Amino acid sequence: MAANEAELRALMSAGLAGDATAYRALLGRLSANLRAYYKGRLARIGRSATEAEDLTQEALMAIHTRRHTYDPAEALTPWVHAIARYKLIDHLRRTRASLADLPIEDAEEIMAQDDLVGTESAYDLTRLLSRLPDKMRRTIQLVKLDGLSVAETANQCGISESDVKVSVHRGLKSLVTSVARKGRL
Amino acid sequence: MKTDDLIDILSMNVEPVDHRQIVRNIGMAVVAGAALAVGIVFFVLGPRAGLTTVAAFIPALLKVVVTLIILVPASIYLIRLTRPGGERRSSVALVASPFIAVMLLAALSLIFASSYHWNGAILGNEWLECLISIPLIAIVPFSVIVWAVRQMAPTDLARTGAFAGLVAGCVSAIGYAVHCADDSVPFFALWYGGTIALCTFAGWKLGPKLLRW
Repeated sequence: MAANEAELRALMSAGLAGDATAYRALLGRLSANLRAYYKGRLARIGRSATEAEDLTQEALMAIHTRRHTYDPAEALTPWVHAIARYKLIDHLRRTRASLADLPIEDAEEIMAQDDLVGTESAYDLTRLLSRLPDKMRRTIQLVKLDGLSVAETANQCGISESDVKVSVHRGLKSLVTSVARKGRL
Repeated sequence: MKTDDLIDILSMNVEPVDHRQIVRNIGMAVVAGAALAVGIVFFVLGPRAGLTTVAAFIPALLKVVVTLIILVPASIYLIRLTRPGGERRSSVALVASPFIAVMLLAALSLIFASSYHWNGAILGNEWLECLISIPLIAIVPFSVIVWAVRQMAPTDLARTGAFAGLVAGCVSAIGYAVHCADDSVPFFALWYGGTIALCTFAGWKLGPKLLRW
């Protein structure tokens, strides 16, 4: 358990400094923890695995967009747990489940198990992307999905590098917002 | 969408982020809120008569200092609360203790004063103006602070909202002290303390709606 925390914390610190490989590894490990956590919590109240996958993705997006709120001097596990639980409570409130079913828990529980069997969430990436403005959609497609560098994308789209960065940043933000809004329906 | 696809999207071209941003942003919001509150009081209500004289400056300064004793720990807690799980590391008792100290001081000064002076000491000349001004002015710093907190990730929205209200109330009270010419301890305890508590209550109620993410 302690080793797990130390490893994840090192990955997080590297990720915060801009190390994409470490960050990817971190999100991969956390997604397994989150999935196990949500599946366990939701199964108890008779919810589906798809819902658990939706929440896993929401939590990952929250971790990503709010990563500046992690203080490297503090432990990572309670931070992740607080986000995971916040998103769970928010989800249950939205879907009108009883919060009384949710037991008091220990932060360590978030890392207690992992689940690598991912199902598809209800979010359709292609459809979500298609709702974005043209420039945002293209830059996200090229940079984030096709893995081109910012410079290559700038070249291909005929816009400046800072323009690409801003466009990807804004696009991801509205992607996250539209997922959040969809969950609220 | 597969979670692995999402992870791919999120983890490419990860820009470095600065975890000190929270302290900076919330700190700047509090300072900006304070500047706005003082500005509003200065230009709308006007400074109290003879603010440059010792007789008026010292009591005004005292009111500001006592309010700062509440404001500083409240701001530190607000910063903690804006991080996920921060509610585990905040104690309401520590922030409440200066309030209680001022109330006790006010009660003592009333006990030792003759009841003949109570009315003047408690109501002062402008209790109604104080009661209206502090919460009204607090709306401005509260908006700035809420805007800053919304960039963060508080996980206890009611408590975070309450602290945002408390900080905004204190900042507004500091601004109002520039104008206010009532200097008795009971007046300060009741009308400053009361309005700051009111702002805290409003923040507590509004937090879950305004700070959701």
